[in-house]
Amino acid sequence: MYEFSYHKASSLEDARSTLATAEDGKLLAGGMTLLPTMKQRLAAPTVLVDLTGIDMAGIEGKGDNIVVGAMTTHAAVASSSLVQQTIPALAALAEGIGDPQVRNRGTIGGSVANADPAADYPAALVGLGATVVTSKRSLSAEEFFTGMFETALAEDEIITAVSFPVPEAAAYQKFPNPASRYAIVGVFVAKTANGIRVAVTGAGGSVFRNAEMEQALASNFSPDAVKNIAVDSSGLNEDIHASAEYRAHLVGVMASRAVAAM
Amino acid sequence: MSVSVVMTVNGEVVAKHVEDRTLLVEFLREHLRLTGTHVGCDTSQCGACVVHANGKSLKSCTALAVQMDGAEITTIEGLANGDVLHPMQEAFRQNHGLQCGFCTPGMVMSAVDLVNENPDPSETEIREWLEGNICRCTGYHNIVKSISAGAKAMREGDPT
Ligand SMILES: Cc1cc2nc3c(=O)[nH]c(=O)nc-3n(C[C@H](O)[C@H](O)[C@H](O)COP(=O)(O)OP(=O)(O)OC[C@H]3O[C@@H](n4cnc5c(N)ncnc54)[C@H](O)[C@@H]3O)c2cc1C
Ligand code: FES
Ligand code: FES
Repeated sequence: MYEFSYHKASSLEDARSTLATAEDGKLLAGGMTLLPTMKQRLAAPTVLVDLTGIDMAGIEGKGDNIVVGAMTTHAAVASSSLVQQTIPALAALAEGIGDPQVRNRGTIGGSVANADPAADYPAALVGLGATVVTSKRSLSAEEFFTGMFETALAEDEIITAVSFPVPEAAAYQKFPNPASRYAIVGVFVAKTANGIRVAVTGAGGSVFRNAEMEQALASNFSPDAVKNIAVDSSGLNEDIHASAEYRAHLVGVMASRAVAAM
Repeated sequence: MSVSVVMTVNGEVVAKHVEDRTLLVEFLREHLRLTGTHVGCDTSQCGACVVHANGKSLKSCTALAVQMDGAEITTIEGLANGDVLHPMQEAFRQNHGLQCGFCTPGMVMSAVDLVNENPDPSETEIREWLEGNICRCTGYHNIVKSISAGAKAMREGDPT
């Protein structure tokens, strides 16, 4: 790894100001994505600002929302009895990320900020209509995810929490890459106070909703309602794991499995 | 830049100067000469480098030594009680749970974390837990058998 200097932030303001004044500063959360990226020399920040000293880990119920602090690990979300009782689909999603060691270190803030097209959490955020809370503002999940590895975050903006409205029911189904467990395609279906939402990760450059499936489920909430809805493969991801056409097909299969699981 | 870190490693307090970029696994292997912890992939895929930090397993190739300042680390060298192997190590020995042995330290450390959390794991739970540990030799079958036997021995409170 290239040389860099490490700074353990003592407060949100300390993290923000260190980041703002550093020549090329980067926040460090669980490091499960950032450190391998630095070893591969795909990133070479001069300053790493570690967020682990700031109290941003924890899960609490606030009104009709479950608020998950940015530094909460995947393992903590998976084993939280509050999440298991209120949004079991979210606990199951967290339990399905990577492997136990990745779940022990990786955080929701890091996953969301990274906006990997194959990451699981983006499907839950968009599927549930969650709000991303940052050091500057609150924004909806759909405003937040702007593209492949791209978000609406400013250079010195820090995610502090994600707030999930509790749905009537929800389920997530993914077709995992057998080696990494990242989603080749993952579909999150939720019955929310604002209607039915279907969010797809893994298939495109960034998480997206499928309006046709949402409408079909609104009039007939059954696996068959979505199974045969054709998804246009143009613009979908294509790599050694799966072709765009295969991913398009999987969207319908995963959506119908999610509905069946609800 | 160089920083000083203090950790408890296998029950002993160690204080050292490290570079900011020193990985936990480099600290263990090169600064402390605890070479039982292996590096397979160096990109957080294989699990050969798994150790415990404050009782939880992590991939030591994907953590900085400075992040572990103040932590309690246990490596494979810290499991046995003198000449008496830890029940999980003994189970790997009895059940032919290794061939070349390269993956074994990570497998054993990961398995002990599993059993601490889930004292009686099913075969499916063991296989799912091993998602982050890759073995190129055994085909996993005897590793799963070893972990079942090791879990049983740990439940029965083998005094080691
Ligand atoms: C072997 C392996 C398998 C994996 N499998 C999966 C999988 O199946 N599904 C899945 O979804 N993910 C998977 N991941 C990724 C994992 O979930 C990571 O933990 C996650 O993407 C990044 O979280 P982190 O806390 O480690 O962030 P870091 O690596 O520390 O940071 C990632 C990025 O986010 C930025 N960042 C971190 N925190 C904040 C914050 N609070 N505010 C603003 N920016 C921030 C950092 O600057 C950096 O750019 C896998 C990773 C590995 C190594
Ligand atoms: S060397 Fe750390 S996971 Fe492979
Ligand atoms: S015994 Fe050789 S890699 Fe597992």
